Amino acid sequence: MSAPEPFQAIVVGGGLVGSAIAWGLAREGLRCVLLDEGDIAFRASRGNFGLVWAQSKGQGAPHYQRWTRYSANAWPELAQELAAAVGADVGLHQPGGVHLCLSDKEMADRSDRMAQMAREAGNSLPFHYRMIEAAELREMLPALGPSVVGASFTPYDGHVDPLRLLHALHRAFTSAGGVYVPNAKVERSNAAPHDFRVFAAGRVFEAPRVVLAAGLGNAALAPEFGLSAPVRPQQGQVLVTERVAPIFTMPTTSVRQTMQGSLLLGDSVAEVGYDISQKPAVMAEIAKRAVLSFPFIARLNIVRAWSALRIMPKDGVAIYDQSERFPGAYTANCHSGVTLAGAHARLLAPMIAAGQLDGMMDSFSARRFDVRDAA
Amino acid sequence: MYATRPEARPATVEVFVDGVAVRVPAGASAAAAVLLAGSAAIRETAVTGAPRLPYCMMGVCFDCLAEVDGAANVQACMVPVVAGMRISRQAGARDALMPEAGR
Amino acid sequence: MSFDLAVIGAGPAGMAAAVEARALGLAVLVVDEQPAPGGQVFRSVEAAHGDAVLGAEYSAGLGLVESFRRSGATYRPGTTLWHLDPDSGEMSLTPGGPAVARRVLLATGAQERPVPILGWTLPGVMGMGAAQIMLKTAGAVPSGQVVLAGQGPLLWLLAAQLKRAGAAPALILETTPKGRLAAAFRAGGWFSGRGLLLKGLGLLRETRGLPVVRAVTGLRAEGEGRVQRVVWDGGSADCDTLLLHEGVVPATHIPLALGLEHAWDVRQQCWRPVVDVHGASSHDRVAVAGDGAGIGGWQAAVASGQLAALDAAHRLGRLTAEGLAQRAAPVRRMQAEALALRPFLDALYAPSAAVLAPPDDQVLVCRCEEVTAGQVRAAARLGAQGPNQAKTFLRSGMGACQGRMCGATVARIIAESRGVTPETVAPLRPRAPYKPLTVAQLAGL
Ligand SMILES: Cc1cc2nc3c(=O)[nH]c(=O)nc-3n(C[C@H](O)[C@H](O)[C@H](O)COP(=O)(O)OP(=O)(O)OC[C@H]3O[C@@H](n4cnc5c(N)ncnc54)[C@H](O)[C@@H]3O)c2cc1C
Ligand code: FES
Repeated sequence: MSAPEPFQAIVVGGGLVGSAIAWGLAREGLRCVLLDEGDIAFRASRGNFGLVWAQSKGQGAPHYQRWTRYSANAWPELAQELAAAVGADVGLHQPGGVHLCLSDKEMADRSDRMAQMAREAGNSLPFHYRMIEAAELREMLPALGPSVVGASFTPYDGHVDPLRLLHALHRAFTSAGGVYVPNAKVERSNAAPHDFRVFAAGRVFEAPRVVLAAGLGNAALAPEFGLSAPVRPQQGQVLVTERVAPIFTMPTTSVRQTMQGSLLLGDSVAEVGYDISQKPAVMAEIAKRAVLSFPFIARLNIVRAWSALRIMPKDGVAIYDQSERFPGAYTANCHSGVTLAGAHARLLAPMIAAGQLDGMMDSFSARRFDVRDAA
Repeated sequence: MYATRPEARPATVEVFVDGVAVRVPAGASAAAAVLLAGSAAIRETAVTGAPRLPYCMMGVCFDCLAEVDGAANVQACMVPVVAGMRISRQAGARDALMPEAGR
Repeated sequence: MSFDLAVIGAGPAGMAAAVEARALGLAVLVVDEQPAPGGQVFRSVEAAHGDAVLGAEYSAGLGLVESFRRSGATYRPGTTLWHLDPDSGEMSLTPGGPAVARRVLLATGAQERPVPILGWTLPGVMGMGAAQIMLKTAGAVPSGQVVLAGQGPLLWLLAAQLKRAGAAPALILETTPKGRLAAAFRAGGWFSGRGLLLKGLGLLRETRGLPVVRAVTGLRAEGEGRVQRVVWDGGSADCDTLLLHEGVVPATHIPLALGLEHAWDVRQQCWRPVVDVHGASSHDRVAVAGDGAGIGGWQAAVASGQLAALDAAHRLGRLTAEGLAQRAAPVRRMQAEALALRPFLDALYAPSAAVLAPPDDQVLVCRCEEVTAGQVRAAARLGAQGPNQAKTFLRSGMGACQGRMCGATVARIIAESRGVTPETVAPLRPRAPYKPLTVAQLAGL
């Protein structure tokens, strides 16, 4: 075994969550190593829909709603700093976004949901939304289908090119002196307070901080550091059309136009464990809904499609923790790594660099599950 | 640039390539018709607008994407010609909202 | 619709499998995206067999097509398989509805190995296979200054066919390095494969007199808006049509998407699905036959198709183990004979390093998304370990061809940059739909 390589922080996981935190730490001046798997792995970062989306996050969990809003607010700064650091254009566009409703019932349910979000937001960071009827919506979005009865709108939403984002985070991290190590699945580790050793790729990495951001891998890694990360895979399938000339001025939750011009149609939800096989019946459902929303889509060619696994915490709300047994060890687990990249790079990373999670993060601790399970 | 050999395969099917009538043998593909018409390009790429002509003629490369009878981005090497077929250049990303002719 | 055996591809392998399986009483479906049976080697043979320019071997394909037409297999031409669930045997087909089969045989053949050189995206640059398809499907020949560049049996076959058609190429640029013939003889097989070898020598005789430059390196195409010149180390020539060829490779798109086990073929420098003597793959419902399981030519494809059909009949309880052994024996002898010359050909026409991974950073490796070799090298330096990561960074493989043209090149460049052997870098993992289809088709509207 080679000699231990000392760093100020080890981040495990080179997906969107790990890369955003690693970039944030590197920007704080920490000498940081980012350990990642190889060419083929379960990677939600490669399979997501690319929305920066606040309008439906954190229903029933006001702290999560707030955190998501903070992140949406931090996003323009993140985009600017990535542009400044490595000249990357991640294609951030935050004009607000809509969720289309295809029946009166969907419209009524959505309206209730938005009202609850607004109630839970309170006054410190109010939640502004509008339910938009079909006639007005038709002015906003071209070629809307007759089945669309309306939509909810919030001004916070937007989208990015998630692959450019991942690439940009890696480049920014590396250019700030960060060390990226691929093919480095963690083999084993030693934990002591503020003193960690991680064995991977035939090397030993040593640091007073370790951040577990290994997506679904966190479930198995966390206990080694006195942490818990109850996350499960949740499958989502997405369809991509050929490039078309620009038509959409804003994203929707099920159809968005990428900066290259393709339409992304999505995304399904299925609890099927570690299964990324594609199901034609599910793909057909996505296609049908897209056509009901925008009939012209029927004519477009699907050039790609995929199935990927979301990282879903037990209750759907993100989990952030610092280990009580081994201070210096952190976990970050969430489903919405694109939306939360702003918060991860600009809010969470500085807390980790400073050695203390802010009080507002307490509600995100996995200890909430112990309490609930005990009750 | 391609030429037919009428002694082997008479050119019996009339199609229109960018509006110009061309006669090609039955069994030829729409992409073959474009090559026989001597067109400078069958498509312009959506990325840089570079001109392309068919490369593989066997359904692999997708450099033969063209507008066939009003449908955009059709793999022209996989579509046999029929009399009266209209084949035109696919210029960059398609206009998704444009209604298709004849549909 | 439910079948005992579904065959994807109506080339020599698929047609032979269908004929054999029907003779054993199986309910057989054959799907092919082409409008007529024949595959690539016998494309349009029903329409073009009378064209003497194509040669006697081509016309011989007619017999195979006729027995396939008579076999009683359900044949769906012009139909594309866009998804297969190997566990259930459900096939999504377009146009038309789905089908189910107890056993599925992939006989999807080969594609020409991409030849990424500077200028290969210019209009007027094509594969030699493409020119041959023009000849088979439309009787058409390239006109003006035609240059053939590359290597392999197809080069000499095409040169002879064009010459017969009165459209002899102006120039042949052969890329086979000096000294290869000796290596090829050392690889062996030439004696048992002497039948094919004699055919090849016949082609060489027929094309004698055509201008040939040998051991060509540094090939590139130049021109404004289309190819006007071909340039190589030490020479250049005017050119209206440049036809490239560096052999063919198995079409692994569907087998890889299915997650079948693959092995690196050192001799042919490509991935191929791992199959047993009967073509059975690592998935117990799926077999692969013909060039799709490793390049062998049409006679070997016929044999492997028959073996896969016999195996299917045995697995479905229509043929005893002894029956299988008995019937397979002569077919396997035929297959061995057809493959005898392969080691010789593979050694003679091994692609150069520059074809597999273009050294010039300016070369476009991904034709669809227009990604250069230099960009791939930069991604590799940043840590991209293989084509799947490179795809997310660069979009190489995200275009309409879904990586069929760039996947192998990107993987090879990354292997070189990482300093590892090609088999260390796993291939691009394709997904359904295997070919683009419209949203309406997908929705079943
Ligand atoms: C351009 C070219 C020229 C060649 N010339 C010669 C030659 O002169 N002599 C020689 O011995 N060998 C030649 N070969 C090799 C020869 O073609 C093969 O050895 C032989 O055809 C292999 O037979 P096959 O049945 O495996 O594949 P193929 O003949 O390639 O047949 C495969 C079939 O599968 C179909 N298919 C593929 N994907 C799908 C899908 N998703 N859905 C539905 N259908 C699908 C294709 O349309 C095709 O018809 C040539 C190869 C090429 C590419
Ligand atoms: S020419 Fe290559 S796909 Fe049509």
